[in-house]
Amino acid sequence: MYSDKVMDHFTNPRNVGEIPDADGVGEVGNARCGDIMKLWIKVENNVITDIKFKTFGCGAAIATSSMITELAIGKTVEEAEQITNSQVAEALEGLPPVKMHCSNLAAEALEAAIEDYRKRTANTAS
Amino acid sequence: MNRIYMDHAATTPVRPEVLEAMLPYFNTEFGNPSSVYSWGRSARKALDSARDLVAELLGASASEIVFTAGGSEGANMAVKGVAWADQGRGKHIITSAIEHHAVLDTVLWLEKQGFEVTVLPVDEFGSVSPAQVREALRPDTILVSIMHANNEVGTIQPISEIGAIVREHGAKFHTDAVQTAGVLELDVQALNVDLLSISAHKFYGPKGVGALYVRKGVRLHPLVHGGAQEKGRRAGTENTAGIVGMAKALELAQAERVDENARLTKMRDRLIQGLQKIPHTRVNGSLEQRLPNNVNVCFEFIEGESMLLNLDLRGIAASSGSACTSGSLDPSHVLLAMGLSHEIAHGSLRLTLGRDNTEADVDVVLQEVPGIVERLRAMSPLYQG
Repeated sequence: MYSDKVMDHFTNPRNVGEIPDADGVGEVGNARCGDIMKLWIKVENNVITDIKFKTFGCGAAIATSSMITELAIGKTVEEAEQITNSQVAEALEGLPPVKMHCSNLAAEALEAAIEDYRKRTANTAS
Repeated sequence: MNRIYMDHAATTPVRPEVLEAMLPYFNTEFGNPSSVYSWGRSARKALDSARDLVAELLGASASEIVFTAGGSEGANMAVKGVAWADQGRGKHIITSAIEHHAVLDTVLWLEKQGFEVTVLPVDEFGSVSPAQVREALRPDTILVSIMHANNEVGTIQPISEIGAIVREHGAKFHTDAVQTAGVLELDVQALNVDLLSISAHKFYGPKGVGALYVRKGVRLHPLVHGGAQEKGRRAGTENTAGIVGMAKALELAQAERVDENARLTKMRDRLIQGLQKIPHTRVNGSLEQRLPNNVNVCFEFIEGESMLLNLDLRGIAASSGSACTSGSLDPSHVLLAMGLSHEIAHGSLRLTLGRDNTEADVDVVLQEVPGIVERLRAMSPLYQG
């Protein structure tokens, strides 16, 4: 039911782990529905230089988390926040229809991490 | 890769002896059992023998056996059939929270049609209490439907005791015996049931065929109209090959069940003990009143589907009660009814053993699962090492 690309990211997920001194952390989803994604980002000169994730969830949840780390790394914060869930799904050569909503949260997790990063930098600036 | 199938509660392969018994009825003896010429008579004879055999194995009379297209149809036929036939006497139906959806959804559908429904809770082991059935019975209760053993956690229900209580009251009692046919002794007299449904593909027979026992005197409104087959209780040309296969499969399973259950129980207990060694693991269901082939555990902090995918990559077929595998947003209704949190219920793994499994298969599973759990936990934001 999953594409080869999804299975590739599921079996060899990229950038798993945490960044202890992250510049932004985002978490979305809840245990009730069975998917939680947590993303850590490191930002230097407005560019995402490192990104790591941890995910509790199904195959699609893990694959989308892995894929967004690949899509986001090296991008400016503004570019990264343009990434949408459907772009993540496209990059994975599609997801089963039933997974499009419940397990495709990676873009929201990244958005949350960027928001956290902005809050932190705003605090430092003031 | 050597594949290991441990999902026998989902379905089983057709046994060679069963397939062989079925084959003539697809081509050489293809006649319609209702036809008068020799082809028809041959099919009729096979159908009658199969009915006699199934009846004998269930402790019933041949006229009390209705052939169906499987477990879901049997459950629908029993529940709707009695509800519609007896609605003049009352409109109250009792069932349990852990029924298969074939019963639960049917009862809830009837509720929308104006019937009143009591869904009994279960305890932490997934057991229905006979005392609660007694309390729930009302003068207008017409039907009680409680499964013989649960398909997810394997808990065997006190059907005989519940049946005695329901009989005393006068309501009809149906049990979904889909998971117990060919595994436990199925004597409809000893079980005190009025209706009992089974499905052939759960005991090494073909898919798409089952049987419903309907005690003499129980009125049943048919689901399918349009013919006099099955004494007007189910219209449609009989699935001769399937029915012959089911009878053969049930005969074999009942003959072998005592030895086979001992073998399965040993493997089951070794799996449960082995998996329990993984930290943050809980066993679901009763350890005493349990089907001999059922293992159901929850590994905290991880989700079931990702576990199944990893097992599949290693050639192991299993199932889970996670939302992703239940086809809804909620995890297993059975685990939730037993009081598990959503979070933990998402991490359930069910292994159901069968004829083709060996102790060597158990070794492989016990070797593979801990690593998979560890890997997924290392990836989980809920796990704090």
